[in-house]
Amino acid sequence: MEYFLQQLINGITLGSIYGLIAIGYTMVYGIIGMINFAHGDVFMVGAFIALMVIIAIGLVASTSFVLTFLALILVLAIAMTIAGILGWTIERIAYRPLRGSFRLAPLITAIGMSIMLQNYIQFSQGARVKPLQPIIGGGYTIMQSGGFAVQLSNIQIIIVILTVCLMTGFTYIITQTPLGRAQRACEQDMKMAGLLGVNVDRTISLTFVIGAALAAVAGLMYLLYYGVIDFYIGFAAGVKAFTAAVLGGIGSLPGAMLGGIVIGLIEVFWSAYFSVEYKDVAAFSMLAMVLIFLPQGLLGKPEIEKV
Amino acid sequence: MAVAEAKAIAPSRGLDLPAIIKDCLLATLVAFAIFFPTLGVKTDSTGGLDIILRYRWTAVFIACAVVFAGRLLLQLLVWNRAAAATRPASPLAQRIGELELGKYLGPVVLAMAILMPFLPFTDRYVMDVAILIVTYIMLAWGLQVVVGLAGLLDLGYVAFYAVGAYSYALLAQHFGFSFWICLPLAGTLAAFWGIILGFPVLRLRGDYLAIVTLAFGEIIRLVLLNWHEFTGGPNGISNVPRPSFFGIPFTRGEEGFAATFGLPFSNLHRLMFLYYLAMALALVTFFVTNRLRRLPIGRAWEALREDEIACRSLGLNTTNTKLTAFAIGAMFGGFAGSFFATKQGFISPESFNFLESATILAIVVLGGMSSQIGVVLASIAMIGGLEVLRQLHFLKLFFGADFDPSQLRMLLFGMAMVLVMLWKPRGLVSSRVPSVFLKQKKIVSSDLVGQGHG
Repeated sequence: MEYFLQQLINGITLGSIYGLIAIGYTMVYGIIGMINFAHGDVFMVGAFIALMVIIAIGLVASTSFVLTFLALILVLAIAMTIAGILGWTIERIAYRPLRGSFRLAPLITAIGMSIMLQNYIQFSQGARVKPLQPIIGGGYTIMQSGGFAVQLSNIQIIIVILTVCLMTGFTYIITQTPLGRAQRACEQDMKMAGLLGVNVDRTISLTFVIGAALAAVAGLMYLLYYGVIDFYIGFAAGVKAFTAAVLGGIGSLPGAMLGGIVIGLIEVFWSAYFSVEYKDVAAFSMLAMVLIFLPQGLLGKPEIEKV
Repeated sequence: MAVAEAKAIAPSRGLDLPAIIKDCLLATLVAFAIFFPTLGVKTDSTGGLDIILRYRWTAVFIACAVVFAGRLLLQLLVWNRAAAATRPASPLAQRIGELELGKYLGPVVLAMAILMPFLPFTDRYVMDVAILIVTYIMLAWGLQVVVGLAGLLDLGYVAFYAVGAYSYALLAQHFGFSFWICLPLAGTLAAFWGIILGFPVLRLRGDYLAIVTLAFGEIIRLVLLNWHEFTGGPNGISNVPRPSFFGIPFTRGEEGFAATFGLPFSNLHRLMFLYYLAMALALVTFFVTNRLRRLPIGRAWEALREDEIACRSLGLNTTNTKLTAFAIGAMFGGFAGSFFATKQGFISPESFNFLESATILAIVVLGGMSSQIGVVLASIAMIGGLEVLRQLHFLKLFFGADFDPSQLRMLLFGMAMVLVMLWKPRGLVSSRVPSVFLKQKKIVSSDLVGQGHG
């Protein structure tokens, strides 16, 4: 029971990270119907930028609580801004000229962008893993029996709270603001939205910016949680986050979060009870199963084929 | 003064110089925002857990300057002209497009390919690259059946390549089967896997299929990586039997190929044999897929690519049609895989990662989806280009003597993928005409039909 509870906590933490990345996939897919393959690598770049800012401002474990809090907000702001600019640039260079072209063209540029970003970071930052000493230590023992104690660490609390805050803010943007309305309009019918005065280009650009910024948050979380990053983390995380988006029903924002948590739980429980080596196999098999038996995903709307 | 002059000239050319400069500066600003943190700051580990930052202002400055200059050139030379008048396509390109490109270019390329090993500049390295290119041509022709003809986006094609390679290696190692027995077995096994994997997922449409095939590709790689007892895990399988010339090995001794045919011994013989073997397999792929296109099944694939709902309405069994495309594509992947295994003599899961799938798919799409000669051109450009990128030793002048040019290789490869797609979104040789169609309309006389004439 205690072991189970511990894995549940770990799974939800990991799932929050996947969910934040998955939002970027699901939003882009919802609006322009393409798999943004470079999104996982934007997440990776976000993690690198967070690492640099943390080192640059000299944030260490002994920094006082208030200062750490303020410093992390600064790190978040910088990483989100730069990742947002990167997302905007990628859309502008590689996807916008091909919008309305045939379906596979933007997919190939997206794969090209992904290869480019990975190798660019490998080239500029080196291939070795980058460790970061733990900044936020401590935690609580919430249950203890026998020799096993269920730990809830501070970093896990921060990750989950931050995810909940971001999701709330994000849901507000989508449901209440003009930008969100424009996004939903573009998702339903891009041409019609354009005719009615929605600036489609701007809306799509902002979608990429928001998605990239959320991926950068996920990057910071990943860095703080695991304490080690390299140029290749984007691929595996990206594939799993896309799996999460599809699992939750592509185009659905709560679905992306739910899918992320389900994927995180599967991965953690599989590692805990079966084998660590096959955790990704379990996650991917789950994806295939869901698509076969529930093609619209957990929270997605069933797709209607139109002639 | 200079500004006034520029303004005087600008209207005649239709240039708005201040706007252009402003645009270029903006682009540079964005470039600075991206390059400063990623290129200008380097995270260096000190050996322990600590990381220090080093700043590289020169690199950032150069990158920003390149962006500024590039943007300016694009503004002045490319976009300006395109805006001034819609440029007519160059007559040469038009004529190549009109001609049936394959009809003339195909035999020339084939003849060159056959003569290639006997040319004076051909050495070991050239042969290696040539074999690699031919392997990719074969893989791409196989994938073309799935992606180009049937319109199913497969991002995990490398799984079947892996199945073929491991089938050959394991069968040869455990049962001592020869290459020629293993080849059809490997193809059959790959096709079998294609059916197993394809059956549940082919109901899915478009991008869902893409992501599931990607997942399957990863699953197969992970299983190969972790199933130590069967596949050797990350160490792979070494000592895969090398090919022999119908039983005569390519060795130096009395029994060897050179001695048997009274030739002076040369390492090139084995490579030449491998090259022709690859050529033969690729040509088999070519002829089979080329014939299949004209058969009813091929026409069904092309119809399915254009409109799935229409196909279903006309009573086509879409699942079976997709499955055959998937299985046939997989079979050629399996052939290529077992050739790869015998060529390398060593296989490991690392050879079958997602990048391979992406490369093969990129070749098919760059080649123009359903053009067979396009695949050849794209494959030569991409794989040959990748090899050329290994040779960029002059870059040591910029980055110092310990710089390894192959580091930049994949970066430039990705960049080329993006640029070529932007330049020609429909591929190098784009054609969407069906492989089979009626050459002329049949006119039915009006007295044979009830109303009008058709």
